[in-house]
Amino acid sequence: MKATFLGTGIPSALEADLQGRLIVLEGPDCVGRTTQIRRLKDWLENLGYGVVSTSLCRSELAEAGLSKAKRGNQIGRRTLALFYATDLADRLERQILPALESGFIVLADRYVYTIFARFAVRGIDPGWLRKAYAFALRPHLTLYLETSLEVLAERALMAERLGFWECGMDLSLAPDLYGSFIIYQKRMLQQFAKMTREFGFERVNAQGSILTVHNRLRRKIRGLLDLMQTQERAGTPDALEQASGQAEV
Amino acid sequence: MPGLSEAHDYPGMLIVVEGIDGSGKSTQLDLLRSWLIQEGYDVFFTEWNSSRLVKKTTKAGKNRQILTPTTFCLIHCTDFSDRLERTIVPPLQAGMVVLADRYVYTAFCRDVVRGVERQWVRDLYSFAVRPDIAFFFSVPLETAIERIFRGRPTLKYYEAGMDLGLSSDPAESFRQFQSAIISEYGRLVDEYNLEVVQGDRPIENQQRRIREMAEERIASKGMRPLRKRRR
Repeated sequence: MKATFLGTGIPSALEADLQGRLIVLEGPDCVGRTTQIRRLKDWLENLGYGVVSTSLCRSELAEAGLSKAKRGNQIGRRTLALFYATDLADRLERQILPALESGFIVLADRYVYTIFARFAVRGIDPGWLRKAYAFALRPHLTLYLETSLEVLAERALMAERLGFWECGMDLSLAPDLYGSFIIYQKRMLQQFAKMTREFGFERVNAQGSILTVHNRLRRKIRGLLDLMQTQERAGTPDALEQASGQAEV
Repeated sequence: MPGLSEAHDYPGMLIVVEGIDGSGKSTQLDLLRSWLIQEGYDVFFTEWNSSRLVKKTTKAGKNRQILTPTTFCLIHCTDFSDRLERTIVPPLQAGMVVLADRYVYTAFCRDVVRGVERQWVRDLYSFAVRPDIAFFFSVPLETAIERIFRGRPTLKYYEAGMDLGLSSDPAESFRQFQSAIISEYGRLVDEYNLEVVQGDRPIENQQRRIREMAEERIASKGMRPLRKRRR
């Protein structure tokens, strides 16, 4: 399957033939993405698929510099958005695309959509962000873990995850963590909701037990894998001949 | 914020120099700088690829030779973005003269020659402040190459454009890379109204013209020296 991109793409990968598939898990903080990625990886590997997982700020090129820049609290928002773009481009070119070309399933814990949401909430022009990230590979499936603000707040409290970033404290929305969390995450959910149609997210209800949500994700992914098998069979000359010759198939 | 397509409304003035290595742009900028300081202006100088926050990442990427055309472009834009908000815009707000050795046009040439899409690089840098004057130093390739090899015998990997696979000989690769960059600059002269300076003319002749232009723009903006002339 030929690679497709959000915009102009990466010059060296425009003709890339992808044997594997890129599956993205998106959703707000504390929604349970990371737990689900781990479980999905085990499940897919049990089925015999090669799996690579990736997440923001894990590139060889930018991880150290980006982490340091964030810690110092002195980097501007637009600069940070560009640093994240560098990080993603490095992972795409030297990790994600090579894995996909070799037939791996790549599970991404967050993708450009989290970045779009975070920086839109912080006043960066959404149009510019989309243009800047025009190099990004279009995922084959984007699963959006959807939940209500109330459930999110409860999970964050129980997991003691009312941190500086989860609460958007850099935005000075409220003097206290909880108040800020509610305003910030509400805005993030609005951004995700807006992008659902724009980018064709598959919505997955994230309420319920870990296992319940896991099974919902499995169903969506199975659909993609079945399609992938069919496409693979259809792609070989033999299969094409068979398909045209045998009406009963 | 107006961005690259419109004039800025800061009280200060932004003057940039562009051109290939060995075109004489840094020499001319140094001379302009001393003169402006003598005239009593507060001058801030900035150069390409020098953000304290980002420089280390770029350097590590270059040393390990893991930069691709796309990441090369993005990390340089990250560097520029940091310098713009931290060191270029504040002096402009304070009414100073900011001198930049290379600006976005360097990216528009280098990255495009590396194979990155022309429009994408322009979109990426659309947040840049439009310079009040952008000088482009035009020199024959041979002149530039002679000047460079006089002072600097070895070329670095990315500097020579070795990542483009043009030639396994660094000197030959450099020549082809720079020649392609010159033709990209040619495009920018009209697109962005660059002031062309013939970089192979005598140094003092070039400088005279540059000072005249700077003086004229400073006067038309109604800027005054912040300090008395040091004479």
